[in-house]
Amino acid sequence: METKRNFSTALSHIILIIGIIVIIFPIYYALVTSSQTLQTILSGKTTLMPGGNFIENYKEIFSTDKNIIQGISIWRLLFNSLIVTLCITLGKTTISIMSAYAIVYFKFPLQKISFALIFLTLMLPIEVRIVPTFQMAANLNFLDTFQGLSVPLIASATATFLFRQFFMSIPDELCEAARIDGAGPLRFFFDTILPLSKTSIAALFVILFIYGWNQYLWPLLITTKQSMGTIIIALTQMIANDGTTPWHLVMGVSLVAMLPPVLVVVLMQKWFVKGLIDSEK
Amino acid sequence: MEKRAIFNSRLFPYFFLAPQLLISFAFFFWPALLAIWQSFQKEDAFGLSSEFVWFENYIEIFKDSNYISAIFVTIIFSISVTLICLFFALFLAALANRIKAGKIFYQTLIICPYAVAPAIAGVLWFFLFSPSIGYLSNILHNLGFQWNPSLNGNHALILIILSASWKQISYNFLFYLASLQSIPKSLLEAASIDGASPVRRFIDIVIPLISPTTFFLFIMNMIYTFFDTFGIIYTTTHGGPGYSTTNLVYKVYVDGIVNLNLGSSAAQSVILMIFVSFITILHFRFVEKKVHY
Repeated sequence: METKRNFSTALSHIILIIGIIVIIFPIYYALVTSSQTLQTILSGKTTLMPGGNFIENYKEIFSTDKNIIQGISIWRLLFNSLIVTLCITLGKTTISIMSAYAIVYFKFPLQKISFALIFLTLMLPIEVRIVPTFQMAANLNFLDTFQGLSVPLIASATATFLFRQFFMSIPDELCEAARIDGAGPLRFFFDTILPLSKTSIAALFVILFIYGWNQYLWPLLITTKQSMGTIIIALTQMIANDGTTPWHLVMGVSLVAMLPPVLVVVLMQKWFVKGLIDSEK
Repeated sequence: MEKRAIFNSRLFPYFFLAPQLLISFAFFFWPALLAIWQSFQKEDAFGLSSEFVWFENYIEIFKDSNYISAIFVTIIFSISVTLICLFFALFLAALANRIKAGKIFYQTLIICPYAVAPAIAGVLWFFLFSPSIGYLSNILHNLGFQWNPSLNGNHALILIILSASWKQISYNFLFYLASLQSIPKSLLEAASIDGASPVRRFIDIVIPLISPTTFFLFIMNMIYTFFDTFGIIYTTTHGGPGYSTTNLVYKVYVDGIVNLNLGSSAAQSVILMIFVSFITILHFRFVEKKVHY
């Protein structure tokens, strides 16, 4: 019985390891390719072993004189991505915690309809209102600005639901005690609700960071100047149709562009899983 | 459920709701209304004037063979990705749930693709499968298989299905693992004492117990393949060759932004909105029943 169990555990490990090798393979292969010379790649002789050009390639990617796309260094693009991601993350968290607080802790005539309106945004993902949203942003002079890249992505029903659900689980006694102490709604929000929400905010941060960093369709529409592009937009612009794509650099930039969200997920795994499972329910 | 303890203030809640509602009006509701309005309009070739044409755009869409093809592409793409992801994620989650040591190690590696942008996933797979220089296309070539996603529509479709599934497996894995961990051990032990084999136990006990998760994931995967895969299609196939990998969302983009056919693009948007509304209501009907506050 015992050996049978050991055998099946070992088998589970072996199959899991095979599964992981398959899942990680595209990322590993990008790493291998980013250490080759372009000639090796174009000759189709790339093996699964790293080549000798790792340092040179990454020096070229990160250098401020040689740019990954015409005239724009990777630092500028990483900076743009970071600003946009932080605006989306902070903006979404702020407006959704505020509206959830209003909905849970107050009774007011338009409460039901406000909640319904927020719910309705779930049915309007950016992909189904591409052209008019773009026109709206253009009318507001939002093209090629950080506001344009972030504000239209900020309203979020799922984050509001997450906070609403969490506020519902806070015991009523806390609010009653605060009121007996003479605290008004603002005091209670800043002194009690915000500190209690720390874990929910941390969980949401991870989800929103990935969401913001990985945006593609919207930045593609809203930016015309390459200097306002995000790192992911720039990466796809490096690929040329005429066979002159610098694949050794493209693969390096792919890894650089995926590193921040992957690091956030791996390092904050506990919060990420909590945030994902809570916010999607 | 409602809170017993609430504050009385007339202005405060509106002040706190204002930012979210303002952004929702400017970038969600107004554009959506505009899309509905535009879907009944037809512009002349120079975009100088437009006239109200009732349902003409809608009728034209369904006469357009490319739109019908986009519906089929969307269905094949969504169902394939969903089935692949559900199956492999459950398989890996069931194994990870069995073992004691190293669970976090496996979980960490399996969730990595989730953090990778769809557009980057597209680039990675495009490269692996690009004819003559890609590693996997060379293997196929050596096996005597003429692989070329830029010429063969079926190959292109397989390419986007693989890229999209690769990214989504992590998501399903995490939900399945959480769901499997919440199954009471006593239930499985009882079945084990009754002599049920591990496979029997899995089929008769585990699969029915996790069916709510499967339903939830089915809906989330559909939404993902419909709306979040634009970056994958854009970077791998550009919807081609021909219209073989153009799904409904990609066609809204092509008709609205590239071909500047606003009326048609808007009508397609409205059809998609109706679809999302339907799936959102279905999802929440179900979740409301399952989640107890």
